[in-house]
Amino acid sequence: MSSRRIFARPARFAAIAPYVWMALFFLVPFAFVLKISLSQTAIAQPPYEPVFDLTAGWDALSGAFAALSIDNFRLLGSDDIYVFAYVRSLTVAITATALLLLIGYPIAYGMARLPKRWQAVAMVLVIVPFWTSFLIRIYAWINILQHDGLLNQILLALHLVSQPVVWLSTDTAMYIGIVYSYLPFMILPLYATLAKMEPALEEAASDLGAPPWQVFWLVTFPLSLPGVGAGVLLCFIPIVGEFVIPDLLAGSNSLMIGQTLWLEFFTNKGWPVASAAAIVLLVVLLLPLLLYERLQKRQLERER
Amino acid sequence: MTDELPRTDTATSAAGRDPYPAAGQPLLRIEGVAKTFGTFRAVDGVSLDIKAGEFFALLGPSGCGKTTLLRMLAGFETPDEGRILLGGKDIAQALPHERPINMMFQNYALFPHLSVRDNIAFGLKRAGMARADIATRVAEMVALVKLEGLEKRRPDQLSGGQRQRVALARALARRPQLLLLDEPLAALDKKLRESTQGELMELQRRLGMTFIIVTHDQEEAMTMASRIGVMKAGKLAQVASPRELYEAPRSRWIAEFVGDINLFDGESKLRDGHRLVIGTRDAGALVVAEPREPIGTGRFAVAIRPEKVKLSRRGPVSEAGRETVINRLDGVIADICYLGGTTTYKVKLDTGGMLQASVANSARIDVDAYSLNQNVVAWFTPDDCVVLPS
Repeated sequence: MSSRRIFARPARFAAIAPYVWMALFFLVPFAFVLKISLSQTAIAQPPYEPVFDLTAGWDALSGAFAALSIDNFRLLGSDDIYVFAYVRSLTVAITATALLLLIGYPIAYGMARLPKRWQAVAMVLVIVPFWTSFLIRIYAWINILQHDGLLNQILLALHLVSQPVVWLSTDTAMYIGIVYSYLPFMILPLYATLAKMEPALEEAASDLGAPPWQVFWLVTFPLSLPGVGAGVLLCFIPIVGEFVIPDLLAGSNSLMIGQTLWLEFFTNKGWPVASAAAIVLLVVLLLPLLLYERLQKRQLERER
Repeated sequence: MTDELPRTDTATSAAGRDPYPAAGQPLLRIEGVAKTFGTFRAVDGVSLDIKAGEFFALLGPSGCGKTTLLRMLAGFETPDEGRILLGGKDIAQALPHERPINMMFQNYALFPHLSVRDNIAFGLKRAGMARADIATRVAEMVALVKLEGLEKRRPDQLSGGQRQRVALARALARRPQLLLLDEPLAALDKKLRESTQGELMELQRRLGMTFIIVTHDQEEAMTMASRIGVMKAGKLAQVASPRELYEAPRSRWIAEFVGDINLFDGESKLRDGHRLVIGTRDAGALVVAEPREPIGTGRFAVAIRPEKVKLSRRGPVSEAGRETVINRLDGVIADICYLGGTTTYKVKLDTGGMLQASVANSARIDVDAYSLNQNVVAWFTPDDCVVLPS
């Protein structure tokens, strides 16, 4: 009995720990951002008003509350820059995720069908880029893609092009960077679902008269959907908010929302508008997440 | 399983299936088939003929190549050597989906994302059968395996026995010329396994289909199959009816693998008409009937099944009058194993060996049952012995 009491308290604490974490590092900062998004830009320190001053008394505080407005959100809707940035972010994220799925699925499928010994090796090969800093790897791509970079040298040597191709500051370069960086996040969940799939299922399908392509579409692919969902989310959500890769590899004529946010925040000192943009982004990203969660719950209920 | 299943109908031709060959006609011929994995010769030159309507069992310990052979029939493995002729056509290189053969998988391999109905209909859709015909056939199959009312369930909502039935219905739905069953009952508990054995046999007889079952369970093979092929180390050790396999095993290994047996090693001493006397170390001189195929001289083993050994307190008085020659061994009861229907006694022979005798418990209150350390006489006739090359 006494032993139970000893373990009860830490166990209860462990149960609430994630909530404490969420409150401290998500909800509180979110409240700050939300508050700033409802404020107005000011040439001051901090660069917005009103400022909640708890020492100034009740009247001042209620006055500050009254000064909050949703003007910044209206601005986001009316200003082309933001609408375009959101649309561009979503377009880039959808395109890149589709590319990732197209490239990642065959790799994951091939990995899952390797002999057990080689699967471990393949796994290490997929993860090994993480040993190098993400930023260094992107700079390496700049090196490869630049005017006299490795790619152009190879293309010239093979006589595939007669003069160097412009890669840097193009969408192509950006997509190369994104696909390269996010590929492990697509491959790993796909590999996990494909590897645990019973090989007899594919054999059964082919035994029942399905040619290989039907075996894939009627059995393998539907059964790998949980992995597809996880991989797509793991890639799509961070790509929408991606800042570094488009900033370093893409041109500057059309910006993604992450870049727009950065500009507004650091260059324009427009903290309130930037905050509003961040909140809208969060809401946009929450939608696919909720959808996936819903599907997963239904799947779990079905399996029970 | 009361509904009669029509043997041929329009749906069959729509599924691209030839009507079954008449029972007794040769259906499958396996010619010198071999398969090597790396350096391991899993199947080593197997030849076998199977007639239409047979219930054939491939029996053997794990790793003997029986599953590899079955997988070559299904098309999941390609033989390195030899031919597989189905109705005279070599299918050794054909892909699984091109063969008029279906398989019931060991763990059923039901599609978890499809309902019972869609699982059964899977093969029919692949055959391009009309929608209405599919519905009819699925209903037929569901009735055949008694799964009415469960059509919309998914495999994970079924019990083990129900899943087994879905797997069977799915494999039968296309009316294959040959149905392969890979350890189909291994996942069921004993009682269910026994009743399912009976149902499978009845189904096979009624459909007139040809079944090949792979099993490591010799009782299962004996119960269900009309013929058994015993495999050992990639080779067929013996192909025979269950009775022949049990009563006339061709080798010492088969004798020991199929059922319990007493074995006494020895040398042939003399021939007396159609009787042979073999001197054994553990049981003295034993008189045995000359095997059908004459054997030379040298070392042999005398094999007697435990239930062929009779026990008595004083010796075979009455029987001795009828039987001129008899093997009579004196000993002491060393171990008693009560099994319900029978009791197995281990008799320590005065000559040194151990002899197992299985006695039917024909009376509920048996005052004559033997007790430990009791002196007994064990005896058996020459015809009950099998002589095996040592």
